[in-house]
Amino acid sequence: MALTESPPVGAAGLTRDRLREMYRYMLLGRLLDQRVLVLNRQGRAPFAISGQGHEAAQVGVGYALRRDYDWIVPYYRDITLVLVMGMEPRDQLMAALAKAGDPNSGARQMPSHFSSREHNIVSGGSPVATQILHAVGVAQAFKYRREDRVVVVTVGEGGTSEGDWHEGLNWAAIHRLPVVFLVENNAFAISVPQSLQMAVEHVTERAAGYGMPGVSVDGGDVLAVYRAAVEAVERARTGGGPTLLEAECVRLQSHSSDDDQRRYRAAEDLDSMRLHDPLERFRADLESSSILADGDADQIRLECQRLIDTAQEEADQAPVPDPATALLHVYGDD
Amino acid sequence: MSITVTMPQLGESVTEGTIGTWLVQPGQQVERYDSLVEVITDKVTAEVPSPAAGTVGEILATEGQRLSVGEPICTLEGSAEEVTTEPEPSALPESAAEADEVGEGEGEAAAAAVEVTAPAEVESSVEKTVVVATDEPKSDANGSSGFISPAVRALAEEHSIDLAQVQGTGFQGRITKRDVLLFLEGGAAAPAKAPAAAKEEPGPRPAPAEPARPGDKIPLSPMRRSIAEHMVRSLRTSPHAWTMVEVDMSGVAAARAGRRAEFLAATGTELTFLHFGMKSTCLALRAVPTMNAVFEEDAIVLRSEINLGLAVAIGDGLIVPVVRNADRYSVAGLAQAASALIERARQGKARLEDVEGGTFTLNNAGALGTVTSQAIINQPQAGILVMDAVVRRPVVVGDAIAIRPIMNLCLSFDHRINDGAAAARFLGAVKSTLEAVTADTALF
Amino acid sequence: MPEITYVEAVQTTLRDEMRRDDRVVVMGEDVGVKGGVFGATAGLFQEFGGERVIDSPLAEASIVGVAIGMALAGLRPVAEIQFLDFIPPAMDQLISEAAKIRYRSNNGWSCPMVVRAPCGGGVHVHGALYHSQMLEALFAHVPGLKVVLPSTPYDAKGLLLSALRDPDPVCFFEHKGLYRSMRQDVPEEEYLVPIGKGQVVRPGRDISCFTYGATVHEAVAAAEKLAADKIEVEVVDLRTVRPLDRELIVESARRTGKVLVAHEANLAGGVGAEAAALVAEECFDALDGPVMRIGGPEIPAIPFAESLAEVYCLGPEKIERKLRELAAY
Repeated sequence: MALTESPPVGAAGLTRDRLREMYRYMLLGRLLDQRVLVLNRQGRAPFAISGQGHEAAQVGVGYALRRDYDWIVPYYRDITLVLVMGMEPRDQLMAALAKAGDPNSGARQMPSHFSSREHNIVSGGSPVATQILHAVGVAQAFKYRREDRVVVVTVGEGGTSEGDWHEGLNWAAIHRLPVVFLVENNAFAISVPQSLQMAVEHVTERAAGYGMPGVSVDGGDVLAVYRAAVEAVERARTGGGPTLLEAECVRLQSHSSDDDQRRYRAAEDLDSMRLHDPLERFRADLESSSILADGDADQIRLECQRLIDTAQEEADQAPVPDPATALLHVYGDD
Repeated sequence: MSITVTMPQLGESVTEGTIGTWLVQPGQQVERYDSLVEVITDKVTAEVPSPAAGTVGEILATEGQRLSVGEPICTLEGSAEEVTTEPEPSALPESAAEADEVGEGEGEAAAAAVEVTAPAEVESSVEKTVVVATDEPKSDANGSSGFISPAVRALAEEHSIDLAQVQGTGFQGRITKRDVLLFLEGGAAAPAKAPAAAKEEPGPRPAPAEPARPGDKIPLSPMRRSIAEHMVRSLRTSPHAWTMVEVDMSGVAAARAGRRAEFLAATGTELTFLHFGMKSTCLALRAVPTMNAVFEEDAIVLRSEINLGLAVAIGDGLIVPVVRNADRYSVAGLAQAASALIERARQGKARLEDVEGGTFTLNNAGALGTVTSQAIINQPQAGILVMDAVVRRPVVVGDAIAIRPIMNLCLSFDHRINDGAAAARFLGAVKSTLEAVTADTALF
Repeated sequence: MPEITYVEAVQTTLRDEMRRDDRVVVMGEDVGVKGGVFGATAGLFQEFGGERVIDSPLAEASIVGVAIGMALAGLRPVAEIQFLDFIPPAMDQLISEAAKIRYRSNNGWSCPMVVRAPCGGGVHVHGALYHSQMLEALFAHVPGLKVVLPSTPYDAKGLLLSALRDPDPVCFFEHKGLYRSMRQDVPEEEYLVPIGKGQVVRPGRDISCFTYGATVHEAVAAAEKLAADKIEVEVVDLRTVRPLDRELIVESARRTGKVLVAHEANLAGGVGAEAAALVAEECFDALDGPVMRIGGPEIPAIPFAESLAEVYCLGPEKIERKLRELAAY
């Protein structure tokens, strides 16, 4: 599954194989996400935070980037995006079960605090939107060193209320930095709806205010996101500066395992959301254009399920972190 | 086989849940991860998935019942697969148990442990001392508040001091550490600074309680320990160089012989070669001020005073009382100042200011009979001068051989501060003033 | 050896290191064309250009947050906060992010950066409440950060070089009262003063006075007064407040038996409290008096009017009085 070359610019010129691959990633992300939630309900994973409903947006953006060359600064719903960028289901299961072999943080952080030096996935903490400024700094370094790398930073629409968000977009635009800001807008910040988060209908209405282009897309349409992302990434890579991308997604699950959205969202809202499942939509599209034949989707599902089961077995058997390591790595000279 | 399904923890800080609707019945076949029952907590309402495939056995909790996390809710029979459980925490290495103190290593913890035991011992012995003291009326006269600080306690124990003997000058009349230190300077076994390994004129030496025999271990007294530490540090600090000159002491001998009786009658003090040596040393230190200096990180600091220390043997060690502003004294003045100091030192009554502030040290080793000595510098000084034995030797005078009393003057100096040329100049100055002394030289 | 001021020591060290290592980049308000409001970055923009000396927007969180991103990507940023008083907006980035990145990524990522800020006041500095604060205690509390406050031009250069080469985030706080008032011989060649090591600036036998920053000089002046009465105060310049030089503190305290910790920052909850607790725990059996502290009073910072500023500021007389009190105990 090599993703090292840039995809073709402009058109969705994606091959058949590439499209099936994208579907596979969406499904893998979904199934992995579901498994982590189940582990939580079994009492084995103390905390889980879902990205279900965001798969199309994440795969669309991921495919516009060069894996192991470009950087991402993700947020906690990007379980599918980090798979596209090179992480494995085992990694997130290790994190969920708080095992020593968790590559994100050695189980020092909650799950979904993604990090991989190897795949240029920057470690994030829990304070929201602090990562915006980090991505700007990374982009500044790329520019300083005359590298044609691009960094994508993601955040929910709630995060765009933080001071760090506004400061970050301002700085990036002043210096025309190679950064793409992706807002995965799923209309709720825990229980706070978008109407109480901002006075504009689209986050991108502010883009001109910062001094950069802004593009809103249907986050449930993987190819629409892909096209918009390709354009934004190209702009960044060729010195055209930052772009604000907004992908409108559905938050199929509650905010986290400690939240129950049925207590504050209307039943009709939740029902209609399920009709907009991006996974189902893409499968239907691919089947109707014969890129997926009858039974292909089930076959892919089976394969992904097996992959996850195997990964879980490994995570189940893995040891917990050694208490003697708790004091390490505060400083570099530890 | 039968498995018991328990109430899971559904959310941070959640400790219990209420059974909502049962989604299965006893006897029903379920796959792994199939939902068994709805559970309501104050954070979420969630469905509990089955841990394994099997047949639902007994329902152990009814709808509406509140259970704590971990309590059984139902059983599962005849499950074909093993339920995967967390591995035993035996994977942890032994060292986990030893990682205790936050941020501190074992060494420090061990050191802390050592510190803790010592005061306990100190306390018991000092208490004995203090208890004895309160029987005597003398202790009340002290007016002490009675508060003994840890530092005072430790010092008293180390030197076996009866605190009732110590005058307190601190808050509410308490005995301070400084009071104890002063008491020590004036008392037995003074922990003095000690330089060269040589002595003044042989005085009565206190005989050791039992002579040590070969094979015995002599425990280190505080003074010996202090001397040892100082010697090692001195050699480590200063690169020692050594040089000597021969001095014809016939003039000094004549002066002394002629004026001795009159001097003793006038001052009550014996006039010795040392006193002439002190005078010459002071003059030479004025002529070569870098021999009266201190080496600092990026400067050589010339001392503004000449405070001459004299090595005195006491007990099984040394003390170096200091004649302050020695260059202002005549030979007679030096004789009297030196005598008083040495007398106090010998009697164990040296005061703190008696041993402080020395800028150069003189050692009259000659009394022991040695002819050359390589003394170790008394830090932080620039040199130490030894007057070795005066020996009658054949020397060349003009074209003839004569017998003269010859003394070797041996200088150990810090080569960081002075080079051989300066050292030679200094020695030359001492030698020339000594050799210029005659029977008519003024003493006062 | 040239005699230079404290601020010149900072400026020349930045310049020399930027010449030596092109990963070093400077950012902050007014650091570029203007050369910094105190001149600490004078000449750098002219020599290295706007890509390496960045005049930032008025946004402290950005200055530190963008610096973090640059450090993550392999550069060695030096972020300047114009006055330490203005660091609170950046504290989320410093405390939640910079301090924790290495630990939270299990050594996957690290954040080598320096955050510089002028701090402190004085009766004649006229900084008032928001240009005089000493906030080092807030950062001394955070594992993952290092916090240094040099008190001389010589130490400023040596410690800044150590900070610039440290693999972790270092808070480098410069007392503005010393910027131009202190001149000292500073070697032109490179030398390092280690972070985490204090220095005995005046040895003494009777009392240990632990201090840092501008207060060091006030403490030395006070010690001279006591020396005339044969009370020898050992003045120890801590130089680093996180990590504290525990070894030196304990060794000095055990030797003298009496301890005074002095700092300009507010007394309550200050670094002095940590040093005092350390002494109480590790040196109890060697103590000859209570462990004392002296620091700023219970008002937010130094007021503008001199008559009011004098109430806040320590100065040699107040320190001398406290030392005498301790000596007499």
